[in-house]
Amino acid sequence: MSGLLRSERVRAWVWQAVILGGLGLLIWWLAGNAARNLAARHIATGFGFLDNAAAIPIAESPISYVPSESSYGRALAVGVLNTLKASAVGIVLAMLIGTAVGIARLSPNRLASVCAASYVELLRDTPPLLQLLMWYSALQALPAARQALHAGPVVLSNRGLILPVLEWQTAHWAALAALVIVAGFIWRSAARWRWALLCVPMLVWAAMGAPFEMERPVLRGFNFVGGMTLSPEFAALVVGLVVYTSAYIAEIVRSGIQAIPKGQWEAAGALGFSRAQTLRLVILPQALRVILPPLASEFLNLTKNTTLAVAIGYQDIMSIGETTLNQTGQSIETIVLVMAFFLIVSLAISGGIGVLETRLARVGAR
Amino acid sequence: MSDIAVQIEHLKKSYGAVQVLRDISLSVATGERVVICGPSGSGKSTLIRCINRLERHDGGRIVVDGVELTDDVRALRAIRRDVGMVFQNFNLFPHLSVLENCTLAPIQVRGMSKAAAEELAMGLLARVRIPEQARKFPAQLSGGQQQRVAIARALAMQPRIMLFDEPTSALDPEMIKEVLDTMIELAGTGMTMLVVTHEMGFARQVADRVVFMDGGEIVEQGVPAALFANPRTERLQNFLGRILQG
Amino acid sequence: MIAALRKTLFGGWVSSIVTVLLALVLWRGAAGLLDWAVVRGHGFGATPAMCRADGGACWAVIGEKYRFILFGRYPYEAQWRPAIVIGVFLALFGVSAFRACWRPMLGLVWVGALAIVLALMWGGFAGMEYVPQDSWGGLPITLLLSSVGCVLAFPLAVLVALGRRARSMPAVRAVCVLYVELVRGVPLVALLFMASVMLPLFLPEGLNPDKLLRAQVAIILFAAAYLAEVVRGGLQALPRGQYEAADALGLSYWQTQLRVILPQALRLVVPPLVNTFTGLFKDTSLVLIIGLLDLLTAGKVALADPVWQPFGEEVYLLLAAIYFAFCFFLSRASRRLEAS
Repeated sequence: MSGLLRSERVRAWVWQAVILGGLGLLIWWLAGNAARNLAARHIATGFGFLDNAAAIPIAESPISYVPSESSYGRALAVGVLNTLKASAVGIVLAMLIGTAVGIARLSPNRLASVCAASYVELLRDTPPLLQLLMWYSALQALPAARQALHAGPVVLSNRGLILPVLEWQTAHWAALAALVIVAGFIWRSAARWRWALLCVPMLVWAAMGAPFEMERPVLRGFNFVGGMTLSPEFAALVVGLVVYTSAYIAEIVRSGIQAIPKGQWEAAGALGFSRAQTLRLVILPQALRVILPPLASEFLNLTKNTTLAVAIGYQDIMSIGETTLNQTGQSIETIVLVMAFFLIVSLAISGGIGVLETRLARVGAR
Repeated sequence: MSDIAVQIEHLKKSYGAVQVLRDISLSVATGERVVICGPSGSGKSTLIRCINRLERHDGGRIVVDGVELTDDVRALRAIRRDVGMVFQNFNLFPHLSVLENCTLAPIQVRGMSKAAAEELAMGLLARVRIPEQARKFPAQLSGGQQQRVAIARALAMQPRIMLFDEPTSALDPEMIKEVLDTMIELAGTGMTMLVVTHEMGFARQVADRVVFMDGGEIVEQGVPAALFANPRTERLQNFLGRILQG
Repeated sequence: MIAALRKTLFGGWVSSIVTVLLALVLWRGAAGLLDWAVVRGHGFGATPAMCRADGGACWAVIGEKYRFILFGRYPYEAQWRPAIVIGVFLALFGVSAFRACWRPMLGLVWVGALAIVLALMWGGFAGMEYVPQDSWGGLPITLLLSSVGCVLAFPLAVLVALGRRARSMPAVRAVCVLYVELVRGVPLVALLFMASVMLPLFLPEGLNPDKLLRAQVAIILFAAAYLAEVVRGGLQALPRGQYEAADALGLSYWQTQLRVILPQALRLVVPPLVNTFTGLFKDTSLVLIIGLLDLLTAGKVALADPVWQPFGEEVYLLLAAIYFAFCFFLSRASRRLEAS
């Protein structure tokens, strides 16, 4: 027996058993307490509550939702969609602004690079929640609906930014389908005339009657009706997160570009490329490989930071989850659902970037 | 304390599909100095790394000083206490001074007091001729000096067998001599040594036996003078031709 | 020199346009800010009515509310204690900014300083009255949550990092990976909610930790996951030869880790460690969402006073300045530590 214990392998397994056993005991104790406490408060377990009618008022929702009629499940789904909406818009904008600032940081124009550096430093050294609160209170300072600012059909007030919306018809669906097919063709083909194909969707639309009716926002009482509204909560959240995350993306882009050896710049210069051409054709494609992993991290951070919406009243998954939790008392199930959502998003983002990385590695490997 | 320091019987090792050691059998007597040479990829480094379990062998037996090398933790510790190793890249601990590098193991493993360990270490540093560097840090020393510290560090554990894995391959030519001189002096004290090296001059001067390996097997072995003068196999002839040319 | 400046600012026509635009924006911004803050600004003596009159900055709100923002609901006469606490933290950060001070002793200094801080905040001895945690607030809470969070998370992080690299124990490795990926995949807000709402559920009946403790536990578990990744990076950066030399000398696993590997690995990752701490310092502001009175929450609560409600920008600017001062210093320190 003592001989057995002296084997390296047996020892490793014994240690594992001890550590896992200890953890298992801890989890068993916690679960036991939870079961007892839940029973004492007469709270059921399980996900049945998702079918109950939810008394949660939701200000903005991409899908139809009626308080006290729609279920909790639907309410949480609205939360998921709201989070995804803010994250998607945020990621795209942050990427654009961050790349621009990152490149500006390396510009020979001293003023531009100092401005970019200050931008990055100021935004990275203050908490995102504080920035969100500042943006929100700035948007609250916009005039009320009756004194709203007009720029053509676009309306800006403290109720949000209202844009006129195209009344979507079959012709538009057809044109969109044509656009997708044409885009696929342009991506894959190398023919010189392929860009001319972009007029095909336009022709389709014209052929089907060229409908172009806009729904304009109209003032009724104290608020506007019609059109598409970007609430101040959504705007504050997106603007705040875009600006904050763009500072981090700027740094990532900057170090990615600086990681490319100076010889590449020199060779491109010797071939007669301008600075902009060198960046576009030589540097950025290579820098992309260095940039992708930390970029995935920042995209995930932005998505996680959308939960700060709880503080400014935008109803993302966290906010609706909290209300659900308070109303039903099913705290464990709700939190599990919320965490599962974020873990799935995290996997999706890492997976997506991973696929991009493998594609980049195959094409143009060093 | 047996006559045979290291007994290797039918040793096999593979890395995945590649077989690095094929049926090696070797016996090293106490006090014997063995030089192992061969082209790169012949498995010579892997062989000596199996002796102190830096690599796990897949088949066969290794017996060091009468103790068989298995998964048994106590046996492994006993073997590592009595076998010292000097690496190609020195592997000194950069965050500790030269003296601390040498005293760390005697204090932690053999349980010596700090004073006794320092006295032992200073004696060894004097033996490798760099006692004045005791308080310095490895980064401040030249390659040759670092390797001599590495030898002193291994000797501080008072091993019965010393393994050398290409000790001079990472050194600039002008520093090779100082390390080889140290190893020759060590050989003179009767230490059992297994040395993997390309330095044929050293082999000729010090080795009791030279073992030539190629492709994971022992091809030829014998007394250096005879082996170098009359290589029997073609592989050894080619190898010697290449070595002596360069 | 002027010629060089002209060349960089007006090198090409694109560069010139950019310079002109930026200069315009900066000038308008700076002028507007100065006008609002200084020219039309009202000093500490003003009343809200005076401030509302011409829309200038109302710095009186800060004069009125600074004690609440900095110290929360701490009893007025005893506020010298949290003030000293802030001083202790400043000294601690200052000392840690020098590479020369990064010895094992530093860990003990941190623990000692935190003990002094907690003793001062609680009181109950040497003539200082006892002040319970629910009266604590403001900057000391922010500093405490982040510092205690990091200090207590650190040993856990080292264990998790080592566990993740244990080749012979796949089950332990799986648990460590699960923990790190789980905690890094979910927002801190979710963890704070979990701690504040669910923690009492998982503890035996009657054991009801107060809000500060719950938030602290969440922050410790959060910090440990991120610190574990930083430490793991350091462990991976060490050459294999170090492990082999220690093995060849006969050192055991823990002797190797404690005397050879960790001293080197931790020294390598000091800058990312400081960066993680800086991030944590900013993240403590999230306790606003669970109603804990840290610096940011104190600012927001101060604004809830209807008299001073319109003057949010002034308070937010003060908060931004404080956070910026700390984080800027920490990031500079990190860069210094990296260079040396």
